[in-house]
Amino acid sequence: MRRLISAVALLLAFGTAAEAAEAVKPPKQHWSFSGIFGTFDRASLQRGFQVYKEGCAACHAVTQLSYRDLKGIGYQEDDIKAIAAQAKVMDGPNDAGEMFERVGRPSDKFVRPFPNENAARAGNNGAFPPDLSMIAKARVGGPDYVYGVLVGYVPPPAGVTVADGMHFNTYFPGQQIAMPAPLNVDGVPYQDGTKATVEQQAKDVTTFLTWASEPTLEARKQMGIKVLIFLIVFTGILYAAKRKVWASVH
Amino acid sequence: MAAPAFKNGLVRWIDHRLPVFSFLHHELHEYPTPKNLSYWWNFGSLAGIVLVIMIATGIFLAMHYTPHTLYAFDSVERIMRDVNYGWLIRYIHMNGASFFFIVVYIHIFRGMYYGSYKAPRELLWILGVVILLLMMATAFMGYVLPWGQMSFWGATVITNLFSAIPVVGDWIVTWLWGGFSVDNPTLNRFFSLHYLLPFLIVAVVMLHMVALHRFGSGNPLGIDVKGPQDSIPFHPYYTAKDSFGLGVFLILFAGVVFFAPNLFGEPDNYIPANPMVTPPHIVPEWYFLPYYAILRAIPNKLLGVIAMFASILVLFILPWLDTARVRSAKFRPTYRKFFWVLVIDCFVLGYVGANPPEGWFVITGQIATAYYFFHFLILLPVLGLIERPLPLPQSISAPVLKPAEGKA
Repeated sequence: MRRLISAVALLLAFGTAAEAAEAVKPPKQHWSFSGIFGTFDRASLQRGFQVYKEGCAACHAVTQLSYRDLKGIGYQEDDIKAIAAQAKVMDGPNDAGEMFERVGRPSDKFVRPFPNENAARAGNNGAFPPDLSMIAKARVGGPDYVYGVLVGYVPPPAGVTVADGMHFNTYFPGQQIAMPAPLNVDGVPYQDGTKATVEQQAKDVTTFLTWASEPTLEARKQMGIKVLIFLIVFTGILYAAKRKVWASVH
Repeated sequence: MAAPAFKNGLVRWIDHRLPVFSFLHHELHEYPTPKNLSYWWNFGSLAGIVLVIMIATGIFLAMHYTPHTLYAFDSVERIMRDVNYGWLIRYIHMNGASFFFIVVYIHIFRGMYYGSYKAPRELLWILGVVILLLMMATAFMGYVLPWGQMSFWGATVITNLFSAIPVVGDWIVTWLWGGFSVDNPTLNRFFSLHYLLPFLIVAVVMLHMVALHRFGSGNPLGIDVKGPQDSIPFHPYYTAKDSFGLGVFLILFAGVVFFAPNLFGEPDNYIPANPMVTPPHIVPEWYFLPYYAILRAIPNKLLGVIAMFASILVLFILPWLDTARVRSAKFRPTYRKFFWVLVIDCFVLGYVGANPPEGWFVITGQIATAYYFFHFLILLPVLGLIERPLPLPQSISAPVLKPAEGKA
């Protein structure tokens, strides 16, 4: 009984808190992967991976991804081996019963920057950088929201005091976020000549994170088109059959 | 039930010892069905097909799922990423639940519009309500299995409802949880029951079919079949019609599964369950929203829980609440209007249930809840006594044949 009351009280408290800090709805962006024929822009995916690796990865894990999954964004086996080899993986116990560090392999999950949540909080002023492997599916607004937060850093409007260690962000719920603006102009040296503006980097890394949230998105849409074409034709035949069967009844 | 003369010798041999072929022939081919069933009568067989789809996909999901608080979320993601076509099976199962409820709700409202619950089909209707209750329990427990934030907090809020029971409430909740909060024992038993209940649904569906085949389908006119000229064999006529309906259904279903698989879902459920962080708004799946609105419409917790359960239990006595002799709303001009008011009322309840209980949502939810019970407990008994129905047609074939004669 008391538990329900506290659950409801919690609900109400959170409800009003969310209302007080009105979050602005992030504007819709055009994405290569949206629409029924959408596919991931491979160049953008690889640039986005670069942004993640050289920026986000210092604090944010993507635990659902393995290095071998990078095949899905266009890397070859040798590239993947090289990327995995940059990571140090804790393995063991060995024959002597001891844990040991070894070089990463394609079959390993992406190594997380902190061993656990407490270590992550200790290293980030008490805030916990969330795992990004599902971020594009786990937030209202999806990719538009992820992009919005990345580009949403502006000086706080007059009258708004930002708490110590917090930063003002237009699209973050509550508008105060512990993460400092993560992207800088030319912060990531793009190899393919693309200009590394904040918007471009945000777009690329959001594309990468959307892929990370659902690597099977392209397979799903491509199969969907075939299935729909089949079903529409088949249903047409079923309709004709129904008409023929019923012709004598009407 | 005279055994038909089967041509195949083996079929004859088996049928003599185990009359399955006679049974199928009798229940599918001879089974006389009113000739005037509209497409609203497709949803019964459709619901049966969705049940089969859910069981088939569910069995394959269970082969890869791990019912443990530490592994459940990751095992679902592994299905999505690494199991061959796992994403397809899981999206079919996840959206299949929503489509199951869409189909069943249409099926139920069809029954209400055409008075399908009236004598002699009261038990057929009651078995249907039992199926609905089993479906709700199954869907609720299934939603807990991915162990996301909404899984956990939804389970916490809903199981806590039982704490409203006087004296033994807290004890019952602890018993349901298998501990002092929603935790691993809860997840394990929910998985076990989520696997069991669908087979109970199959059993009740079979009883539903036995009751159906006793008097056959109702029909849009709500009058009884008067003779062979009013009916046609189920096969091939309704197998053909149901197949076409199934095709249309599958197009819509595939559209969502392949192009908007998270349409009915909550983004929060892609965040692993965390007992230390409450989501800003805990909302159940869309098919529970009207009941959730009824629960929250009443300020007293115990009465709220009672009202929520009563909103479904009232359906059990619907055959006796509706005092009208005429079945079909086609011939009940006043009831027909109130039927649509009830449909709108249910949508309003759903909308209110999706929003936080603040401001005008509170009063709207209360009015909609009051109206829901008014419809069943007061309007239906009174309306049946005072409403003057339109004259009923002589027989099913009379109105069916008329336009044809006019054309000729």
